[in-house]
Amino acid sequence: MRIFDPHIHMTSRTTDDYRAMYEAGVRALVEPSFWLGQPRTSPASFFDYFDALLGWEPFRASQYGIAHHCTLALNPKEANDPRCTPVLDALPRYLEKDGVVAVGEIGYDSMTPAEDHALAAQLQLAADHQLPALVHTPHRDKLAGLHRTIDVVRESNLPPEFVLLDHLNETTVEAAADSGCWAGFSIYPDTKMDEDRMVAILQNHGTEKMIVNSAADWGRSDPLKTRKVADAMLKAGFTEDDVDQVLWRNPVAFYGQSGRLQLDVAAPDPLHEGNSILRGGE
Amino acid sequence: MLKSREELDAELGGAARAWLDEALAEAAHDAEAAHDAPRPGASPYASPPWELRYAAAGRRCGPEHADSVRSLLLVAARATLPSVTRLYEQGTAAERRAVLLTLHRLDLGPTALPLVEDALRANDTRLVAAAVGPYAADHLDPHAWRHAVLKCLFTEVPVAAIARLGERARGDAELARMLGDFAAERTAAGRTVPEDLRTVLGHARRTPTGPTTPGAAPGGVARTAPAGADAHRATPTPAPAAPAPTEES
Repeated sequence: MRIFDPHIHMTSRTTDDYRAMYEAGVRALVEPSFWLGQPRTSPASFFDYFDALLGWEPFRASQYGIAHHCTLALNPKEANDPRCTPVLDALPRYLEKDGVVAVGEIGYDSMTPAEDHALAAQLQLAADHQLPALVHTPHRDKLAGLHRTIDVVRESNLPPEFVLLDHLNETTVEAAADSGCWAGFSIYPDTKMDEDRMVAILQNHGTEKMIVNSAADWGRSDPLKTRKVADAMLKAGFTEDDVDQVLWRNPVAFYGQSGRLQLDVAAPDPLHEGNSILRGGE
Repeated sequence: MLKSREELDAELGGAARAWLDEALAEAAHDAEAAHDAPRPGASPYASPPWELRYAAAGRRCGPEHADSVRSLLLVAARATLPSVTRLYEQGTAAERRAVLLTLHRLDLGPTALPLVEDALRANDTRLVAAAVGPYAADHLDPHAWRHAVLKCLFTEVPVAAIARLGERARGDAELARMLGDFAAERTAAGRTVPEDLRTVLGHARRTPTGPTTPGAAPGGVARTAPAGADAHRATPTPAPAAPAPTEES
């Protein structure tokens, strides 16, 4: 089984996770830039983070046989902080880089005018750089936030098939599917979605343009949720081909619109299996 | 290896060749303009067009040609220290590597050493390998150069990547001592001694002008230590605190 986790924050995870993910079948992932849990106070802090997503983290992933790509953006929360908004001026430089397969995470947190501006500006950046966009839907007031997101997407120069609406659930899947955008679901231990609810959504809405991710980060989360959804799908009677479509072909098709996916990472060196990253000082 | 413009022209398709022509023209134009003069009203984060092309080189010309194309752009732009520093600091690992591989072709003297030193602090072996090229051979001081050699051994970067290894290592008694201590530490930990260590040690034990001096090895590691168990059993005399090698080593 081959698995593509289209949304996972590996910076917050250990090399044990990489190894377990590889063993579970994960061969590729996308790491969206997001809020660190601790507010940033300057654009330079974003740049160090972007550089890590373009340098160190892909190297770390490659040692475990996993292809790493990223999405870059000013995230919805920090779009409200004037100390951070100059990041928008630097994004054109970053969005030209290999390994950047979308603009994201963008979208709404509290639905403020500053978030309106950042979302519209970054949808335009995606159009300018021929990149898809990964759009976070808000945790609070989700359905209203989704409708407002879809309105902004419709007004943008980015076609809906270049947009992935993420963190959907039973209450938002219908409107998202009707918009023509791709539908993303984050499977969490407690919140958002679980694997059985996900299977029910796939039974009701089909497997086309449906994308499943773990969204694992520094909070309570599970980087193997993609595999658990695959297993739950098989148990519920979906075929191997259905699983491959949802867990591999769909994310490859969505992010592949960037023209920048490189999925040919070598298998991990058996000498390094179970060992730590070579540190140069160990 | 980096390819010349002529070699690239022979290998690139028409669209890629045209893109490269335009990119090199933009870089050359930037070289003619006042370097790094602040543009009135410009964002501090705005980039000259050729620097955006520097990022896209692999997609336009093929990943196998990315290093060569980026290197040609740096040379055509006669990239200055602020420019190479910006491209390095804000670059992907591949973009950083191309800067490191090109430093010796730019008129920078030793001023770009901080970039090499940064790469040698990295754990990304692609950067370490690119940092020990001709520029490092020309400019790294003896202490930093010896640590670069050790870093390669630690991180399993083949020492073949180190430019002018034989010349710089020749007769370097301090390097030989460091290699001996490293071998002792590995042996004490029950780990193998990297094959490449013997290669470097062979250079370090040559006299500055003559052939290898038998028995002159500081550190006590067997001069012609063969591969395998014998090498692991070598006991370094200047490290009395090190425990004797175990059976398992």
